Amino acid sequence: MTLHWATVLAIIGMGLATYLTRVSGLFLMRAVNVRGRFKAALDALPPAILMAVIAPTITAGWAEAIATVITATAAVVRLPLIVVLLTGLASILVLRYAFG
Amino acid sequence: MQRASSRSEFVQGLLDIIPVIVAAFPIALLWGTLAAGKGLSTLEASLMSAAVFAGAAQFVAIELWSDPAPWLFLTVTVFIVNIRHVLMGASLARHMGDIPSGWRAPIMFLMADENWAFCERRVLKQPLTIGYYLGLGLPMITVWVSCTVIGALAGQLLGDPKAYGFDFAMAAMFIAILAGFWKGSRTAAVLGASAAVAAAAKITIGGAWFIVLGGLAGAGVAALLHAEKEEVPAT
Repeated sequence: MTLHWATVLAIIGMGLATYLTRVSGLFLMRAVNVRGRFKAALDALPPAILMAVIAPTITAGWAEAIATVITATAAVVRLPLIVVLLTGLASILVLRYAFG
Repeated sequence: MQRASSRSEFVQGLLDIIPVIVAAFPIALLWGTLAAGKGLSTLEASLMSAAVFAGAAQFVAIELWSDPAPWLFLTVTVFIVNIRHVLMGASLARHMGDIPSGWRAPIMFLMADENWAFCERRVLKQPLTIGYYLGLGLPMITVWVSCTVIGALAGQLLGDPKAYGFDFAMAAMFIAILAGFWKGSRTAAVLGASAAVAAAAKITIGGAWFIVLGGLAGAGVAALLHAEKEEVPAT
């Protein structure tokens, strides 16, 4: 069990930076009246961010793209989350084997 | 409206987050393993998981890790990877009316992609409670930190994550969550814009900006497509 000073500084810095991003949204919106186009934009942010996070992964190759379509189909027909997850993992394994 | 008890709200959150925790298990194990491979002690790795509690940022950080730790560079990079939290928090803040004001800032520490997504989905139907929020977040951070410890101790035992398809697990989970946001062709336009901009930004700019740019592109398209007739007259 060791603690290096540079590592401790990194942990503190990374922790503070992350908490700053998490908490600042609270204060950002306090004085703003949300309606109209701005509300539409804010409502769209959650799915847009989720999509942005995974965009590089799902466009990485044919195996990933096809696995995405299969996973999305499982999600759209409202299978339970864990089933959708396992469908995604199974299809990426099979497809990578097929394309590999 | 009948107010659900805190306990049942907490249990509901816990039940919702279980599949996420199952998926996070190998991811946290893997991160702990990688951290150990970069020379972090088990104590250092678990402290980082407890203090940062952000999967994407931690994977990027460990990728960039060298000895001694370039702490300022790591801090700035992690900030950029996590800038999406500002937008997420701004969105979530609109739904925290039922949560005591003194609790709002402290519990934001627990906001991660997955539990935030569940909160956003829940507020489509009912108010957000602190019980539900903690039911999602507390099990997540508990599993995240404890699996980091196990992973760091296990070292390289897990091997290549791609061999198990684990690198696709986060994408599959987000796809499942995205299905809950579907509201027709406008959603398709928002998601298409976000995906196109994010994928392009990932290739051209690099780093972690693609998340912010993709999110803003999707929000921009939603603003453009917004029909004026739905607008509430200004007072």
